[in-house]
Amino acid sequence: MASTIRVRATSSGDTTEVQALIQHPMDSGFVKDAKGEIIPAHFIQQLTFEYDGKPVFVADWGGGVSKDPYVKFAFKGGKKGDDLKVSWVDNKGATDTTTAKIV
Amino acid sequence: MRPAIHIVSAAFALAMLALTPPATAAEKIDPVADAKAFQKFFTDKFPKLKPEDFVTGPYSMNEDLHRQWVEKEQFPPYEFSLEMGKEMFSTPFKNGKSYADCFPNKGIGIRQNYPYFDDKEGKVITLELALNRCRETNGEPPLSYVKDEMAALTAYMAYTSRGKPFDIKIPNDPRALEAYQQGKEYFYTRRGQFNFSCATCHVQSPGERIRAEVLAPGLGILNAMPIYRSEWSGMGTTSRRFTTCNSQIRGVPLNPQDDEYRNLEYYLSYVSNGLPISGPGARP
Repeated sequence: MASTIRVRATSSGDTTEVQALIQHPMDSGFVKDAKGEIIPAHFIQQLTFEYDGKPVFVADWGGGVSKDPYVKFAFKGGKKGDDLKVSWVDNKGATDTTTAKIV
Repeated sequence: MRPAIHIVSAAFALAMLALTPPATAAEKIDPVADAKAFQKFFTDKFPKLKPEDFVTGPYSMNEDLHRQWVEKEQFPPYEFSLEMGKEMFSTPFKNGKSYADCFPNKGIGIRQNYPYFDDKEGKVITLELALNRCRETNGEPPLSYVKDEMAALTAYMAYTSRGKPFDIKIPNDPRALEAYQQGKEYFYTRRGQFNFSCATCHVQSPGERIRAEVLAPGLGILNAMPIYRSEWSGMGTTSRRFTTCNSQIRGVPLNPQDDEYRNLEYYLSYVSNGLPISGPGARP
């Protein structure tokens, strides 16, 4: 199974711009399926971007975030060629991690 | 006096009849002229746009939307589907054959030739239909026409054909012309409680808003299929687009790949001939 995370980090000297797309159903728990049964809540609770061992961006998410969410932010620092680690944990305890090189 | 007037008007009516060309000539089916007129209509309406710009649909309609599109294409939401499609396409069926065996050039770079008119069957064959037939020939159950796997497969096939101009052919066969003409009639016929035709939105009003959305021009609309629609939170095929258009105008949708939809796709693809394939697309 391919990674659920796509990430691209681009350094422009002082700052690094990060874009990420994550594959996840993000079910809110309030939606019914075709049979009228509730689709159980299933969403990412925490998303973390780490650079140099320290978190640079942490998102506490809930069921209100869209399916296959997209995130874009920038942080100060970050050098070309360094690693940026991305990970998420969802409410069922599932998790995924990937590491991207800053370009 | 009276009879004189009658005679004059009768003579006038006769003269008119003589001037009117025979009905068959007036209704001559001329796809080449249709496509030219269709494309001219849009390029005249939006003089700043080049024909190939229209394939970005609503994102071609104003500068703000265009900037959104540029940003979106850097990280397109159809990526996951595209990857799934590539994997599905290269995975053999249980009998060892694969999708590539069902298509010319192993299925790569051929999106621009679909739909085509099959002279054995006497009907229009769309890419989605051909994919499901390929599955059934190889003992696999058909896929849903509207989303997920079907969209992933067509996304991958469109991706390998990006930039190639739509090249729909109408063979010299009265049945092909008939299919084209029926597709055209479907496009311009009003239906549903709202009494809209396809053309009401996509010829008469492209670039205008329908509630919060900007309507896409009919020209180039199929070049981008399948699409990831943010509104759907997922992918949709041409079949999905047609059926949802029909239900949105409060009509009763037909079944995907019914003859009417196949003919419609034939017509609508033909009039976009020459415009590049841009699928898979992303739409608001």
